Amino acid sequence: MNILEMNQIKKAFGDNQVLKGISLSVEKGEVVAIIGPSGSGKSTLLRCATFLETIDSGEIAYMGQKAAVTGQNGHAEYVSSAEMRKIRGYFGLVFQNFNLFPHYSVLKNVIDAPVSVQKRSRQESVEEARALLAKMGLSDKEESYPYQLSGGQQQRVSIVRALAMHPEILFFDEPTSALDPELTGEVLKVIRSLAEEHMTMVIVTHEMSFARAVADRVIFMDGGVIVEEGRPDDVMLNPQNERTASFLSRFTE
Amino acid sequence: MTFATMVSQLAQGLLVSIEIFLLTLVGSLPLGLLVAFGRMSKFRPLRLVVQVYISIMRGTPLVLQLMVVYFGPAMLFGWSIPRFSAVILGMILNYAAYFAEIYRGGIESMPVGQYEAAEVLGYTKSQTFLKIILPQVFKRILPSVTNEVITLVKDTSLAYVVSVMEMFTLAKKIASSQTTLMPFVIAGVFYYIFNLVVAVIMERMERRLSYYR
Ligand SMILES: Nc1ncnc2c1ncn2[C@@H]1O[C@H](COP(=O)(O)OP(=O)(O)OP(=O)(O)O)[C@@H](O)[C@H]1O
Ligand SMILES: [Mg+2]
Repeated sequence: MNILEMNQIKKAFGDNQVLKGISLSVEKGEVVAIIGPSGSGKSTLLRCATFLETIDSGEIAYMGQKAAVTGQNGHAEYVSSAEMRKIRGYFGLVFQNFNLFPHYSVLKNVIDAPVSVQKRSRQESVEEARALLAKMGLSDKEESYPYQLSGGQQQRVSIVRALAMHPEILFFDEPTSALDPELTGEVLKVIRSLAEEHMTMVIVTHEMSFARAVADRVIFMDGGVIVEEGRPDDVMLNPQNERTASFLSRFTE
Repeated sequence: MTFATMVSQLAQGLLVSIEIFLLTLVGSLPLGLLVAFGRMSKFRPLRLVVQVYISIMRGTPLVLQLMVVYFGPAMLFGWSIPRFSAVILGMILNYAAYFAEIYRGGIESMPVGQYEAAEVLGYTKSQTFLKIILPQVFKRILPSVTNEVITLVKDTSLAYVVSVMEMFTLAKKIASSQTTLMPFVIAGVFYYIFNLVVAVIMERMERRLSYYR
């Protein structure tokens, strides 16, 4: 059973047809990198997958449970909000600009949702949060507030915050784009270590060498469609489509 | 009348002023939040009604509003409202409108990313508002709230129009019966001290919220 199943997803903003029928399925333990030019719809795809945008038509299912289906009339319909709440628990999302809660300490940022959304015990959540923070090299930061951390540290906290919810799959939308170049490495390292632990992930990124190194599958999107996908070496070293080739050539100096 | 008697009578009036001040805050701070919700409602008729209410409250003098609340019902329906209650009601209605606009500005200034992060983490709408949004809004709006609260201290004196025996009304009374301006000087000093205390309290609150940015 696939963790995520997206079928024929269409999404328009007004007249702008941003996703033109995208299908994406992700297996357990798989790491998928999505690359493509600006405006190709990568963020929109992730936002549809995480229910931050509603799709116009198509199907979305997590763990075999349907979240959105499209019937005879061609319009997508979402399941009840109770079911949606359950399905939300299957995924986590790491934002480009972290979106940590500035009024919460690092520890509170990490444990608040497990405690107040998932109703897990506070003590267990704290212990787990400390272990995760230690793993990410943030042990000494649990009492800090987000503004006291570097961008790289904030992004690592936001990854911990997502992991603390025990998601089946984790989405990343350009997790290093808001960071100074010297800070991207520490975040990529953390994501890579998650990949080694077979965390299921979908990562939108402009870091080509990272995508090649960490992904099991690379998807090249352009103009709201998947132009090419396959093993990283195949897609990135030997692209079959001319648009893929021209996009990639911009990254090889 | 001795100076000491004047001071002690005005101090009695000051207590009434403080009472008006506190009751107005207790009523208008929460009511303002409700009004702000109405102002931001997706339901257009409600939004329009609230918009008209706010614009009247902000567009006409508070003195006039107090008079309307006190004399209006009596003239229209023959109902007489106690003076003090009329003042409190009028002040609350007026200040709720100002606070509503401040809340609205604060809520609308919140980055959408905070809502989205909360949504993805599974917070309910009310959890998101109460735990994530509102605390940050309070910090953002505190300077504007401080301004209003300081204005409110001075606005308590407007209760004189319906002859509630707060400090300013008393000062006027004593001044005319004793033919001296001294009561106004004393009242001015009292208002100033009142506001100093308010300013210190508000500053403390701001400092308490300065643990994050
Ligand atoms: N909320 C929105 N309202 C209207 N148009 C939108 C909205 N979000 C995205 N778009 C449009 O959808 C298209 C795809 O945007 P999207 O952000 O998905 O691209 P992207 O591939 O993530 O680009 P980038 O690499 O720059 O992040 C763009 O033309 C954008 O202007
Ligand atoms: Mg994007």
